[in-house]
Amino acid sequence: MNWGMDLLQIVIVIGLLLLIVKPLGTYIYHIFSNEPNRSDRIFGPVEKGIFWLIGLKNRGDMSWKRYALSLLLTNLVLTLVGFGILLTQRWLPLNPNGIDNMEPTLSFNTIISFMTNTNLQHYSGESGLSYFSQMIVIMMMMFTSAATGIVVAIAFIRGLTKKGTGLGNFFTDFVKAHTRLLIPMAIVMTLVLVGLQVPQTLDATVQAHTVTGETQQIAIGPVASLESIKHLGTNGGGFFGANSSHPFENPNPLTNVLEILMMWCIPASLTYTYGRFARNQKQGWIVFAVMSILFAAFLSLVYVSETNGNPVLNTIGADTSQGSMEGKEARFGIAQSALFTTVTTSATTGTVNNMHDTLTPLGGLVPMSLMMLNVVFGGDGVGLVNMLMYAILAVFLAGLMVGRTPEFLGRKIEPHEMKLIAIAILVHPLIILGPTAIAFLTDLGSGAITNPGFHGISQVLYEYTSSAANNGSGFEGLADNTPFWNMTTGIVMFLGRYVSIVALLGVAGSLVRKKWVPETIGTFRTDNKLFAGVLLGTVILIGALTFLPVLVLGPIAEFLTLG
Amino acid sequence: MDSTMKRKSLITSDILKYALGQSFVKLNPLIMIKNPVMFVVELGTFIVLLLTLFPSVFGAEANFGFNLTVFIVLLFTVLFANFAEAIAEGRGKAQANALKQTKSDVTANKVQPGGGVKQVPATELRKGDVVVVAMGEMIPGDGEVIAGLATVDESAITGESAPVMKEAGGDFSSVTGGTRVVSDQIKVRITNDPGESFLDRMISLVEGAERQKTPNEIALNILLITLTVIFLIVVMTLAPIAKYVGVDLEIPVLISLLVCLIPTTIGGLLSAIGIAGMDRVTQYNVLAMSGKAVEAAGDINTMILDKTGTITFGNRMASDIVPVGKATVEEVSQWAAVSSMQDETPEGRSVLEWVRKEGYTFDDKIARNAEFIDFKAETRMSGADLTNGWKVRKGAIDAVKQWVLDQGGVIPADLTDKGNKIASEGGTPLAVAVNDRLLGIIYLKDTVKPGMRERFEQLRRMGIKTIMCTGDNPLTAATIAREAGVDDFIAESKPEDKIAVIRKEQAEGKLVAMTGDGTNDAPALAQADVGLAMNSGTIAAKEAANMVDLDSDPSKIIEVVSIGKQLLMTRGALTTFSVANDVAKYFAIIPAMFMLAIPEMHVLNVMGLGSPMSAILSALIFNAIIIPLLIPLAMKGVAYRPMSASKLLSRNLLIYGLGGVIAPFIGIKVIDLFVHIWI
Repeated sequence: MNWGMDLLQIVIVIGLLLLIVKPLGTYIYHIFSNEPNRSDRIFGPVEKGIFWLIGLKNRGDMSWKRYALSLLLTNLVLTLVGFGILLTQRWLPLNPNGIDNMEPTLSFNTIISFMTNTNLQHYSGESGLSYFSQMIVIMMMMFTSAATGIVVAIAFIRGLTKKGTGLGNFFTDFVKAHTRLLIPMAIVMTLVLVGLQVPQTLDATVQAHTVTGETQQIAIGPVASLESIKHLGTNGGGFFGANSSHPFENPNPLTNVLEILMMWCIPASLTYTYGRFARNQKQGWIVFAVMSILFAAFLSLVYVSETNGNPVLNTIGADTSQGSMEGKEARFGIAQSALFTTVTTSATTGTVNNMHDTLTPLGGLVPMSLMMLNVVFGGDGVGLVNMLMYAILAVFLAGLMVGRTPEFLGRKIEPHEMKLIAIAILVHPLIILGPTAIAFLTDLGSGAITNPGFHGISQVLYEYTSSAANNGSGFEGLADNTPFWNMTTGIVMFLGRYVSIVALLGVAGSLVRKKWVPETIGTFRTDNKLFAGVLLGTVILIGALTFLPVLVLGPIAEFLTLG
Repeated sequence: MDSTMKRKSLITSDILKYALGQSFVKLNPLIMIKNPVMFVVELGTFIVLLLTLFPSVFGAEANFGFNLTVFIVLLFTVLFANFAEAIAEGRGKAQANALKQTKSDVTANKVQPGGGVKQVPATELRKGDVVVVAMGEMIPGDGEVIAGLATVDESAITGESAPVMKEAGGDFSSVTGGTRVVSDQIKVRITNDPGESFLDRMISLVEGAERQKTPNEIALNILLITLTVIFLIVVMTLAPIAKYVGVDLEIPVLISLLVCLIPTTIGGLLSAIGIAGMDRVTQYNVLAMSGKAVEAAGDINTMILDKTGTITFGNRMASDIVPVGKATVEEVSQWAAVSSMQDETPEGRSVLEWVRKEGYTFDDKIARNAEFIDFKAETRMSGADLTNGWKVRKGAIDAVKQWVLDQGGVIPADLTDKGNKIASEGGTPLAVAVNDRLLGIIYLKDTVKPGMRERFEQLRRMGIKTIMCTGDNPLTAATIAREAGVDDFIAESKPEDKIAVIRKEQAEGKLVAMTGDGTNDAPALAQADVGLAMNSGTIAAKEAANMVDLDSDPSKIIEVVSIGKQLLMTRGALTTFSVANDVAKYFAIIPAMFMLAIPEMHVLNVMGLGSPMSAILSALIFNAIIIPLLIPLAMKGVAYRPMSASKLLSRNLLIYGLGGVIAPFIGIKVIDLFVHIWI
């Protein structure tokens, strides 16, 4: 056990991320600033072709209502197409392994799961999906759901920073998010992953004959291409049931680092993009800093907790010098597992390289808390929007204390915005705690728990938290492929995604039309350390206090009673 | 200012009696529902009462003593919140009652169409009626003087004991109902129907009857309701989840947790803060037409101030005497004084004052029986013809120069230069001459009121830009602007210019405040976000403005801005305090709830509270008594000193944020030490 090496590994990955934030953030700004730039020459013609193909003639600004409606309808159409394919995949092409049609409630759950960027999987990819479904439904949704999140962030940022009445054009934003950001990055990363031994093939399952003469089915498929967008799009649904702990999805420490960076880079860089749009880079860095502080705190907790290992094993004299390695891959170790867990739940990707169910109690508290906050980097786009919502809330509370009507980036925060923000902050605890309580009231819910006691509370709580935050990782101990879990988590994922998106686009739509209040010495500044502290305090007081009682009953009680 | 500010003691026994009564009246759920946070507490109180009286109804394990105590503490929480609101209202009511007394039983001498006068009750007067008010009588309603001239005692409205002059026409024609004529007789045309007069509006405003929630108050209320609903979800879902691990949570315990977590502190004090804010404005003798106007004052970015009367005294005063030719200062001073001995104009008096102040002497016998010559527009000079035949004149340089030349005198060569220099500095030069000798120049200038510079400095620190409007030429305006320390000025301004400036500033997103009194100020007062009219001004100006200063002191707008800021700050500070309190309450209640079933939870009992029950009750008691403890703060407002937003925020965050986290840890621990003696 060498914590020095561990620290070095972690610092190197964080250092790499810091190198990416500025160039990628700037690039994303140029994509969506809609001002002529160099990348037009490469992507312009392709986009023109797409616009012509989809008959997009009117590319003007949209009001927030039209923007939100276009987004919802586009998502609806994609959902219906995908739902149809899942229900009929047996008869569709590219099904060399003869996989059957998906059960309706599971299809419902799966399609919502992927459309909402959650990628909660109540099925196992290798046995539940044909290659056609993997590529057309799963991979397509991985692109479109990530693009949806990104354009929401862009529209929200525009609402805060531009003058006028509209938030931009949804369709051009949506197309550009694919053509200029997600597709090029995914292609490059796929090739890199293939180079690092991740399989990419349409061949059927390989039959292997073991030395003892048994035959073994080894599932393969177009893994590398899925792997790249799975992380870039903060999606997280694995090709295989074992997700990124599977050696074909994540063969070695190098791919592990790449996957961490892939899922982290866009949410982190969007803070820089926000600074560019706000014409004040400090605004972006403050948001980034607050996210990073929370990130570092949670990473430390999970790392220390996993390193210390399980006190029960320690007392019975087992060798735990490696830390708690149950459910972890030896090729990654504690540091790479802890970092992966923290990144995948802060960026709400949901891909896992170790089993969160087997984390130590306080280690398991970390992914759960990060998803409950849902603002530490967060999923592509939505994480930033959530954090900015907290920023508005912080401004409202603290702004009053300087004796002025609170204003954020020169816009007054008034009852209309507060109403919409109220909806957005209410929905998160409601759809986590409500269904959790319901699950415990019925046998349908509590029957799925495989590990009763305090850990059982964590299992259920984790499932709904992961659904609500559109994360998708599971405390995999739960027997969750039942109509009850398929339907309830499906509804939670749906509400978790769209209620806050629509409400916050409404906030942006209202702010964009407001008069700008010029900045004076009497203005409450949102680009200094003091505000970082206020924002941090608001996130902790309002975001975290809500969940404290259940966390005490779940992981904290488990921790206290263990050993 | 302080002389006119009638600081009343915070609470009188009458107000206290009224507030105690109202605390119970307001328990009525129909009234309570207007305050959703406290309504939830009242609902919880009711449920606990039922559980206490009929423990079997809910099948709950009856712990009569505990349930009864919870009920009592909850009831007091609601009563304390009601009391806070009632006491703020009570102060307004007391003021209103005093005003109502001035209103009652006035009879009016109404002029009949035929020409006779008939006595009618004041309440029967309608808009357009004409009344005659003689010496010693009460003016029966708001109106305009159409004939006559009288002095009027307005102390009932303004608190200012010196009577003011009112006459037909001009800017001093408006009179207010409820004031008394103390000399002469006037004819007044009534301008309001009954119930709409200034006095009526003032009564309903201070009573709080017309109180509407301001946008900021509504937004904050939404946040408070949201927090309440969130914690409602938290508490309601906790029971089934806890049951899974064998923890049975009783309803009174859950209600206690809920009440502790929802923002009752700010919820209970919110309306008191609003009412008290309006009240503070009223105590400065400013009548705000709405709470919105007071809050808008806190947001002001730009303030437009008239030079005359606001920044300067408004009359040019002697500030120096400059000899020309071979004359000495003593000589000029003496003759300047002699020429002004019977001069009743402010300029003339200021010359005498200056000469005395500077210690120059003059022989006043010389002017005995002299014939004084008043200033006339044609001659542009005034002075005296002495008995010894000498003639003394002072006046415009051109006029005096001509007069001296006419008498065969010689004009000193340095006169023109010295005169121009004074003019270029914004002053007014007055030449002084005796017979054929032109002796020197009196330097007259408008004087900035003392303390204005510091006030503009304060405004700058608040981030407020000041613009001075004046009819003076640009040079004069620049001098005064520099002397007073305003940020910008508009010279030779016409009433339209003010509106133009307001619109321009507003187009940049700024909020603008201005003061005014004349009818021609009315459009600008209406356009401004905060318009403060002078009570001495015309009805039109008062109608257009959203605040009226009863003392007619235009610089008071600065106080109004401070009050507006203080109001918002108090709200923010108490909200932060209230939310920050939750941390400690969690640490008190959560271990207490679970400790019986999960003994290991005791490590979370960081305060070392005596027993689970005592912990819950202590948190609940702290939650209740913090409301009355903070009433004085809610009424007075948090201390405000002009400083930059960042400094202000750090300071308030430290006191109310950090203080809000720490205070309940100490408070709950102390309460627990007592409570634990019994349980």
